[in-house]
Amino acid sequence: MTAQPARNAPAPPPSGLRAGLNRLRDVSDKHRSSTIVVAMAITTVLMYFLPIIPPLSVIQGRGIWYDAFANAGVFVLLAMGLNVVIGMAGLLDLGYAAFFAIGAYTYAYSNSPFSHTDLPFFPMLFVGAAVAGIFGILLGAPTLRLRGDYLAIMTLGFGEIVPIVFLNLDRFTQGTNGISGIYRPEALPLFGPFSAISPFNYFIVMVVIVTITMILLYRLQDSRIGRAWNAIREDELAAAANGINTVTTKLLAFSLGATTSGLAGVFNASKLTIVSPDQFLFTVSFTVLAMVILGGMGNIWGVAVGAFIVYNIQVVFLKSINGVIETLGIPAFNLPIVNLHIDLAKVPFVDYQFLLYGVAVVLMMLLRPEGLFPNQRRRQELHIAEEFDDGESGEIEGAMGATPGAAANGGGTP
Amino acid sequence: MTSLASPASAARPIGRGLRFGGIAIGAIIGYTAVLWVFLQLWTGLPSGPALTVAIQQTVNALSIGSIYALIALGYTMVYGIIELINFAHGDIFMVGAFVSVIFIGGIMGQSGPVDNIPFLIILIVGALLFTMPIIGILNVSIERLVYRPLRNAPRLAPLITAIGVSYILQNVALVVAGSGDRSAPQVFPLSWQLRIGDASISVLSIFIFVLALTLMIGLQLFISRSRLGRAMRATAQDREAAALMGVDQNQTIALTFLLGGMLAAAAGVVWGLRFGFVRQDLGFNAGLKAFTSAVLGGIGNITGAAIGGFVIGFIENFASALGFSRWSEFLVFMVLTFVLIFKPSGLFGFQTGDRA
Repeated sequence: MTAQPARNAPAPPPSGLRAGLNRLRDVSDKHRSSTIVVAMAITTVLMYFLPIIPPLSVIQGRGIWYDAFANAGVFVLLAMGLNVVIGMAGLLDLGYAAFFAIGAYTYAYSNSPFSHTDLPFFPMLFVGAAVAGIFGILLGAPTLRLRGDYLAIMTLGFGEIVPIVFLNLDRFTQGTNGISGIYRPEALPLFGPFSAISPFNYFIVMVVIVTITMILLYRLQDSRIGRAWNAIREDELAAAANGINTVTTKLLAFSLGATTSGLAGVFNASKLTIVSPDQFLFTVSFTVLAMVILGGMGNIWGVAVGAFIVYNIQVVFLKSINGVIETLGIPAFNLPIVNLHIDLAKVPFVDYQFLLYGVAVVLMMLLRPEGLFPNQRRRQELHIAEEFDDGESGEIEGAMGATPGAAANGGGTP
Repeated sequence: MTSLASPASAARPIGRGLRFGGIAIGAIIGYTAVLWVFLQLWTGLPSGPALTVAIQQTVNALSIGSIYALIALGYTMVYGIIELINFAHGDIFMVGAFVSVIFIGGIMGQSGPVDNIPFLIILIVGALLFTMPIIGILNVSIERLVYRPLRNAPRLAPLITAIGVSYILQNVALVVAGSGDRSAPQVFPLSWQLRIGDASISVLSIFIFVLALTLMIGLQLFISRSRLGRAMRATAQDREAAALMGVDQNQTIALTFLLGGMLAAAAGVVWGLRFGFVRQDLGFNAGLKAFTSAVLGGIGNITGAAIGGFVIGFIENFASALGFSRWSEFLVFMVLTFVLIFKPSGLFGFQTGDRA
């Protein structure tokens, strides 16, 4: 691989580190699946050893770290799935937790004393994912024909209704108590049985699931379907004019997101060994949305990293921040003008986490809509409006086909 | 039928009003009759007590429907003007309920219901005059700070931002007021009841209905008669053309948010009076139902949203009167689904182009 990549042609030939990075990018673009495997392997080794090294080992024990990583993996899966819907196809799904719930309850029915069944875990991963996917199709098929914002409100309603249905059908779901005592997966050949005390198995299984999902999603993104999603997201009318069946393509994205969510639900249910309606409230959907937006809509690895970081901030950092402040000995102080007494060691940061998510989402949309790790194409798309003068919105409409006013003009005239 | 985006035909408004009122009264009586029959069939009540329950439930439905209708107006106006589903609108209503409860609680302290009619009127009007401008201005500031910079951004951006704002409002309320119900002082004497046969109807419910109706007629007149209302209708119809004719877009959009916020605040005041508690997640459910009302009435259509609010109130009431109150949310969601599948333009809607 000695040829210079085309994008570097105008620049002076880079040397040293720069050239190495470019070369690395070139190789990774060509052998994407292998790159993902290698990257995930490195990450796994890092995650294996990091909890032993001081700054992290002080905060909590090794087992708890692996447990946290496995839980973070659930959110990484959720975020990658939602990214297909929002980032790739440009559809807003606000009821994402509903599919998570459907996957979890599917596993609960197949593996609990409540239903008197004990089916194997690994096939159930696919079954749970498929059931969630079917519900995705059932919800998406009627709504995806409509305009995009109706999908948002329909999914919001669906996400609200599913926990209510699980709550109200107490004969079948045990209502608020939920289904408990769900069986853990069967023991792995080399790693031994799954248990609450040694969460390492969950961690390893999660790593494998995330790796496979990531490979599949990258392959999808680069395929004909992935390009169709991009086209629909950028201009649905133009996409339709170019022969893309917009309804089925959008439906595919929507149900694929639901499938991933169901997969995560099965895993989560087997790990927590209990499912109850209050695990699947709107908070979950919003958290995943915040992860996708922070990570960078449309960028698969960015979203995964974003979810991992946000989850760890949520469960580890915010919980230990008070302790850290106490150890550092930052004294309580008074704000002079408003005369407010602030004792940082006593501020309940954990209570503020969702407020922080809300603020983060709004600020990101205003200041950096492409996220922390932007996808190049998505970034250009999101900043297209800035290239035009604000007063001449006509040009923007021409370019975007997505501003109000065009509806009344274009759709209204026969 | 005034919709934001279609010119109001002002021909013989009084005649139209009378006919409309006749239909409305017919619908209310019809609902009572249907409920009466179903109560007898389903719960096996004898016909006398069933009629009593039916009349009382109808009045309940009217008062809860008023709340949904007032919130739905804000959704429909904002959607009519900038085609944004303002997810934060339900939470605007919630903040309104909080502010009014704090205001009334501040004046009343822990004392009981107010029997003194002039003082009661002053108190309620005071709460409205205090809450409505605050919430209206809050809504306008949100528009100015958050939605306006995204006006030309891709469609997804303002939607996501709106859901973020909704979340912020909810969690600010959670941090400030704590979780759980916060009880509101009982201002309106519950002993004030009108008697129709055996049925006793609370004066409060009637008051709520009349108040909502007054505000709606006021809004209707403002939009159909005033210069600013005409600017709103013009902007809804075609933003660019309106701008070319000299309508200040920013001012008109801000006005829409102001009116929507004020109506939501009025709904909040009413909620405090009627239910006696507020909670930070109040806006989510109420918002979803109000949005369903707006869709049911044809989004962008003001009269439609008001009627839709009452229809949703009746549907919900019907479920709870027959003992299925746990399923009322499910029912409302089903209504939303079926309307969107079979008649996305709503019961009274006009066809909006379904562009990409």
